[in-house]
Amino acid sequence: MAYSDKVIEHYENPRNVGSFGKEDDDVGTGLVGAPACGDVMKLQIRVTDGVISDAKFKTFGCGSAIASSSLATEMIKGMTLDQAAEIKNTQIVEELNLPPVKIHCSVLAEDAIKAAIEDYKKKRQERGQ
Amino acid sequence: MSSVTKLEVPVPEGVKLPIFMDNHSTTPVDPRVLEAMLPYFTTHFGNAASRNHAFGWTAEAAVELARSQIAALLGGDGKEIVLTSGATESNNLAIKGAASFHRRNGNHLITVETEHKSVIDTCKRLTREGFEVTFLTPAKDGLVTAEQVAAAMTDKTVLVSVMLANNEIGVVQPVNEIGAAIKARNPKTLFHIDAVQGVGKVPFHVEDAKADLVSITAHKMYGPKGVGALWVRRRPRVRIDPIIDGGGHERGMRSGTLAVPLIVGFGKAAELAAAEREAEGVRLRALRDRLHRGIASRLSETYVNGSLEHRLPGNLNLSFAFVEGESLLMALKDLAVSSGSACTSASLEPSYVLRALGIGDELAHTSIRFGLGRFNTEAEVDYVIELVVRSVERLRSLSPLWEMHQDGIDISSIQWTPH
Ligand SMILES: Cc1ncc(COP(=O)(O)O)c(C=O)c1O
Repeated sequence: MAYSDKVIEHYENPRNVGSFGKEDDDVGTGLVGAPACGDVMKLQIRVTDGVISDAKFKTFGCGSAIASSSLATEMIKGMTLDQAAEIKNTQIVEELNLPPVKIHCSVLAEDAIKAAIEDYKKKRQERGQ
Repeated sequence: MSSVTKLEVPVPEGVKLPIFMDNHSTTPVDPRVLEAMLPYFTTHFGNAASRNHAFGWTAEAAVELARSQIAALLGGDGKEIVLTSGATESNNLAIKGAASFHRRNGNHLITVETEHKSVIDTCKRLTREGFEVTFLTPAKDGLVTAEQVAAAMTDKTVLVSVMLANNEIGVVQPVNEIGAAIKARNPKTLFHIDAVQGVGKVPFHVEDAKADLVSITAHKMYGPKGVGALWVRRRPRVRIDPIIDGGGHERGMRSGTLAVPLIVGFGKAAELAAAEREAEGVRLRALRDRLHRGIASRLSETYVNGSLEHRLPGNLNLSFAFVEGESLLMALKDLAVSSGSACTSASLEPSYVLRALGIGDELAHTSIRFGLGRFNTEAEVDYVIELVVRSVERLRSLSPLWEMHQDGIDISSIQWTPH
């Protein structure tokens, strides 16, 4: 499989790798995919005054999955939650030049962003904030 | 702040990139083989079927020598060799040809779930023509037993097909015991062996295995691509129908003008394989064990797929838990190996061989097959150890599953969302 230069670049120098404390009040965590399917993404956001001030990821998956999640963290930093929720997988496909067989990687990244936002909102609700 | 950067592993002197460690997929032509072939493209270009001039006679003599070299590697006679375009054709000819010819004796075939696709899909096609096929499931170590085969036989079983060595996990089946069990149960049931990966690598003899039909191919033994053979027993004579009709070459079993230069190369490759098998086996086993120890002593959570004891000397199939195989191949871009991961196959499903062993999909996705061969060196192995260890460590630092594992979380206890 030939990879695009952008996939290789993100794979070799992934942005924002790491983890935040899951229990932190201002952190939302999205964990999507399944080991049996060959990809799992964990994407976390830290939210300050309604804006994503920082993001981190860890991914088990092919090079395109790693690149998609790396790019996703870059895109959402500085966005409001509503803006981030609007991100579509097609933006990732375009930016990384993903071939058709790798589109599911971008879908997973979109799902991870949504799941992280969801988790953050749920946490806030549970705490009555 | 990103802590993960590009991986650079210095290449030692004397090691040339890329490194080929995928010798189960194919092998380079040995220079000695090429040398033997060359005159048959230009000077001795005759058609081996031309009976009335010197060009034909020279070609025919070269083919006859090759037949005996190929047969000697198997323990058979040159007259028993049917030359084909490769083992895919040999497997098709053996199974379809035997099934068709012996149809009146029964309609039952037995094979194993871990066989090569050219055996499995051939058997599957025969089910559309009224045959019933039993696919045996191997044990966790990849082996089937003689008892398993005998127990699956019925009075209608016309053919059993079991490979000598597996192309993914290198596991060597007990074909001698299986052959004895088949013939004890029913001497008329034919025994076909796909010996492609095992012949010239582990001890094998058609008489010891009580084989009737044996498939081999040149390009897995440092010969050219596009030529293979089916050994067909003559005493007692084994009958099969052809699948290709034409001029009646190869005693009517396989029509078509013989590929003389390729056949000459095949013969030379077989001769070298027979002469060098033992010494090469010792050398490859030492390299394989060095590779295995070098990796496993530095990385936890690595698993050998299939029996380590009953295995080709040059094969190592490892799963690196929590690291997806295709991403690892990407890191190993200067190393030619292959993966059982779904992403690397056209089918988007993990290896059916690993599945048959009961290895979970999550581990199958993390598997890498190393195939060491005649031209690999110790310096290459040492570099590969360093490259693999550092690449796996790097990808684990990126893996959420590795993080969970470190935190003591059982991955299987999580409610995943398959997609
Ligand atoms: C076990 C086995 N059988 C059959 C084949 C097919 O051989 P060929 O490439 O000559 O058609 C291969 C190689 O791909 C193999 O590994």
